[in-house]
Amino acid sequence: MVPFLACVLLFLFGLYAVLLKRNIIKIIIGFSIMEYAVNLFFAFAGFKRGALAPIITEVGVVKDFVDPLPQALVLTSIVIALATTALMLAMAMRIYEKYKTFDITEIRRLKG
Amino acid sequence: MQDTNFVPMLVAVPLLGAFLIPLLSKLWKGFADLVGNLVGVILLGFAIYGVVTLSTGTPGIVYKMGGWLPPVGITLVYDSLAALVVLVINLVALPALLFSTRYLDPYTGRWKYYTLFMLLLAGLNGIAISGDMFNMFVFIEISAVASYALVAFGTGAEELEAGFKYMVMGEVGGLSLLFAIAMLYAKTSTLNMADMSQALASMGHTPFFWFVLATLLVGFAIKMAMVPFHSWLPDAHLSAPAPVSAMLSGVFVKVLGIYAMARVVFNVFGLSRPTAPGFFNMLVGFGLVSILVGGLLAINQKNYKRLLAYSTVSQIGYILLGFGIGNYWGVVGALFHVIGHAATKGLLFLASRSIERATGSRELGEIGGLEKSMPVTAWSYILGTMSLAGAPPFAGFISKLLIILGAVASKMYWLAIVAALFSTVTLGYLVRVISKVFIGRKDVVPTPAAESPPMILLALIMLVAIALVFGVAFQPVLDNIVQPAAEALFGGLAYARLVLGG
Repeated sequence: MVPFLACVLLFLFGLYAVLLKRNIIKIIIGFSIMEYAVNLFFAFAGFKRGALAPIITEVGVVKDFVDPLPQALVLTSIVIALATTALMLAMAMRIYEKYKTFDITEIRRLKG
Repeated sequence: MQDTNFVPMLVAVPLLGAFLIPLLSKLWKGFADLVGNLVGVILLGFAIYGVVTLSTGTPGIVYKMGGWLPPVGITLVYDSLAALVVLVINLVALPALLFSTRYLDPYTGRWKYYTLFMLLLAGLNGIAISGDMFNMFVFIEISAVASYALVAFGTGAEELEAGFKYMVMGEVGGLSLLFAIAMLYAKTSTLNMADMSQALASMGHTPFFWFVLATLLVGFAIKMAMVPFHSWLPDAHLSAPAPVSAMLSGVFVKVLGIYAMARVVFNVFGLSRPTAPGFFNMLVGFGLVSILVGGLLAINQKNYKRLLAYSTVSQIGYILLGFGIGNYWGVVGALFHVIGHAATKGLLFLASRSIERATGSRELGEIGGLEKSMPVTAWSYILGTMSLAGAPPFAGFISKLLIILGAVASKMYWLAIVAALFSTVTLGYLVRVISKVFIGRKDVVPTPAAESPPMILLALIMLVAIALVFGVAFQPVLDNIVQPAAEALFGGLAYARLVLGG
């Protein structure tokens, strides 16, 4: 139970950075922390203490093995996170070119 | 045994388009237009074929990817609800693609736009047909990432600001969805939606059940721009290219928000009004708040695109209200409103862009008297307004009537009154646009403008025709498309039997 709660806590730390930080780069770091938290949560969900890697060997059938599916899912979600982080950083660069700042309180041309 | 191979093609064809466009448009510039629109036509063909196939009485097509049986492999489930959503997506996508051919004239990077648009389409179609939670999340992210990039496509200061804002909110939503899926997997040890629904049914309504549902709903609420998560939508719609605004407002918020929520709530979590009245009352509450806030914010907007964006928030509220009422007619009305609103809001956004293109202004006070110089645009805008505000014989009339009927049938008379009242607010803010922009008065000097090129007019006329046909021929539409879709939702766990037992 403790690792799961730690993941939730980490997720909330990331959310805090996303919602309350003013610097765009810090917001993006916040997203990375949130993604870490969710991925870690997924990996813990498949973990089993003392179990083996889920590889079929010729020696004998492994009875006690770690669930491999969450690991595959985490890989997929890391790839998605890569795409979103890359896009965010690209946008941050272009925003800096236009506004000459990373401070979101100064990036306010849209109103209404 | 019918032909099921068209189901994965709904995703594969736009992905192939996204692959071919950057590869081959180096050779010939017009290739992007050609392939983009061709994909639109093919997908619409598949969507119509699918609806026709299902209207023969088949409950749904279950396509097992790679031959792996559920719950191990990924299944694609093309039931009547998915058929409705796929039809809506592609009915709006084709006019939007046609419009894009001329929209992109002042821009470079035509192939980048079409590539992203194809990815958006692949993601949207994938969400509609996916029968696997994680697979659905992946498609949600594909379409969402494509849409973030498309919103910022202009790469001006405002576009980038709106795109970043949208991306921050959208990603918080996406991550909370992923978190909820992780929790669901930890509890049920399956990702297949049908299998998961059975596991959840045997678990009962524990606090964990509600916590996971709430986490999912936060994600969907952000994606559907429900009040209080609506703040990304007006900026994004304002800054996005017009065909993308039409897709975002007409289709994107409905597929990622409404459809995914309805599928999860009814078919995976197996909830319905009798079993969970509190939850459905909450949906009614959020629907009402969205209707009120969106409608009231729309009234005073000076920018006609922003006005339409707030109107979208309000209309999403109507759809939520229909689902929240939760009886047969409420849900049928909500699903009908998904179709009607998609066509009309797509139309209004495209027509707005025609006005902007002709006059160079987005502000209501700066232009006037366009009816003479742009008759087709003016009339399609007026007809779209009538449909959105709920005037017969358009689709918007039928859907609002059904939602109000649903409220009356559940003895929620005050809801019916509020829904009807705010329909007039819709009419109010849209009539304001019409009177300022189109109607010529003596004291207003008509802004010089020329009618849009034929490709744009074709896109507008197509959308008017859709709104009109779905309104006039509502009986066959109800019988063949909307009512089976509502039954698929009310079937609840029958979804699991369709997937696992078929």
